[in-house]
Amino acid sequence: MRAEQISIFLENKSGRLAEVTKTLSEAEVNIRALSLADTSDFGVLRLIVDNNEAANQALKEKGFTVGKTNVVAVEVPDEPGGLHKILGVLDAGGINVEYMYAFVQQSGSNAVMIFRFDNTDDALKLLGENGVTVIEGSRLYTL
Amino acid sequence: MIYDIEYETMPREAMESIQLRRLQVTVERAWATVPFYRKKFGEAGVRPSDIKTLDDLKRLPFTTKQDLRDNYPFGMFAVPMDNVVRIHASSGTTGQPTVVGYTARDVQTWATLMARALVAGGASQGDIIHNAYGYGLFTGGLGAHYGAEKLGASVIPVSGGNTKRQIIIMRDFRPTIITATPSYTLHLAEVAEEMGVSFKDLSFRFGIFGAEPWSEKMREEIQKKLGLKAVDIYGLSEIIGPGVAIECHEAQKGLHIAEDHFIPEIINPQTGENLPCGDTGEIVFTSVTKEAFPIIRYRTRDITSINPEPCICGRTLARMSKVSGRTDDMLIIRGVNVFPSQIESVLMEMEEVEPHYQLVVERQGNLDTLTVMVEVGDLVFSDTVRPLQEMEQKISKNIKEYIGVSAKVKLVEPKTIARSEGKAVRVVDKRKL
Repeated sequence: MRAEQISIFLENKSGRLAEVTKTLSEAEVNIRALSLADTSDFGVLRLIVDNNEAANQALKEKGFTVGKTNVVAVEVPDEPGGLHKILGVLDAGGINVEYMYAFVQQSGSNAVMIFRFDNTDDALKLLGENGVTVIEGSRLYTL
Repeated sequence: MIYDIEYETMPREAMESIQLRRLQVTVERAWATVPFYRKKFGEAGVRPSDIKTLDDLKRLPFTTKQDLRDNYPFGMFAVPMDNVVRIHASSGTTGQPTVVGYTARDVQTWATLMARALVAGGASQGDIIHNAYGYGLFTGGLGAHYGAEKLGASVIPVSGGNTKRQIIIMRDFRPTIITATPSYTLHLAEVAEEMGVSFKDLSFRFGIFGAEPWSEKMREEIQKKLGLKAVDIYGLSEIIGPGVAIECHEAQKGLHIAEDHFIPEIINPQTGENLPCGDTGEIVFTSVTKEAFPIIRYRTRDITSINPEPCICGRTLARMSKVSGRTDDMLIIRGVNVFPSQIESVLMEMEEVEPHYQLVVERQGNLDTLTVMVEVGDLVFSDTVRPLQEMEQKISKNIKEYIGVSAKVKLVEPKTIARSEGKAVRVVDKRKL
């Protein structure tokens, strides 16, 4: 039920992000979703791509520091209170959200959010018990 | 004004005869009381009785900082601890510090040399000396303090730090001379300005600056900005502390070496061979009056040259040019000695840190800043920002704790620190000295 996310360390200097997208483009890797966390000196770029292996290899060859993390893709009803309901469930279950970001594409009438939890196993269990749809990684990459 | 007319204006011949006599006594004492010297002389095949002329000094082996570290703490002392009245030490944070001792007479000698230096720098008995050198194990503060008292001037033992309070003291006590590192003095001037106090409206006539390399350009800036005359002072704890050499305010051209106490030589740092007067090389000192801590041919690693010409001020003591650099990679950051190897030790103690790092030293405004660039490898990398920032803070804190300088830590991408084929380039010094 997990999806794999790759993350990349970036120094805050011009052209670095473009270097990543160029590398992925040349490796024919499609970016499905992304988020960038930054400080004044550096940033961490997180990506969901359609081919983790190819992306990882291409980026490492270019000398980037690349990490892999398990995240969870959750279907969020595309309506007022949709996201709040899910966060309410997590809060009640004592799960902490490390970070989250939106997937670029909708799944049917739902939006897709990518979550990183402090306790992925518990979070998945809790979401399942509460009827929240979690999207399998293999499906996510090709949505 | 000259404090010690007899010695400071002594004809060369007379000086050399005093130097030889004192050298012979010192070598004899070092050989008899310090096992290290007895062993070293033995290895070099030289005995104290072989020192018949000043030229024979060359036959004696060098003493290095490592030798001092190997004999930590008191192994180089030539008198029993009963006779040692003062101990100073270098910061020596992660490596072994170097420890020096003084007898009561050594402290007097030092005070006299500092009094000489203050007078050469422009001070007299009526002056009020604002002494902003750090007090403590560092020799700067107490060295200048004792010299000021010996001279009979009034000394304000303000030490370093508490910058705003220093400005108030300057405004209210009206000191006429400041002794400090040049960079701290410029910082004082900046803070004063923020507080609405202009250095030019204060009562300073002279500043006696040392403990870090500073250029002619910096002198001009200080003189212009602060409205005072700036002279350079040189010294190191291994020899005695501040007061080994001093620039006279008349010429401001080279620092008069107290040759009656310290015999200078210039050597080629690679070969160890002596270089003729005027050539630039590493300055080596032999102390010839120190009781507790005599030192024979100490390699300072400071790069300079010696000019034996008498000066317009009347002094016949030879002058060394402003120190232009070091033979090793030691950095002096805001008066604190920092070796890249020390930073390396701090970094390497943290297992998550990669071995690739670089130190970038810059001068922002008038203060030195140190940035430590650390490469982020797979081990440290995290998909969230917080652990990375925490690591930056941890490295910074450790450097401050172990070495005593504030450093900004900057995480950089792997392989972005230039690799060199031979020795790594660990230091990028962007200061325009």
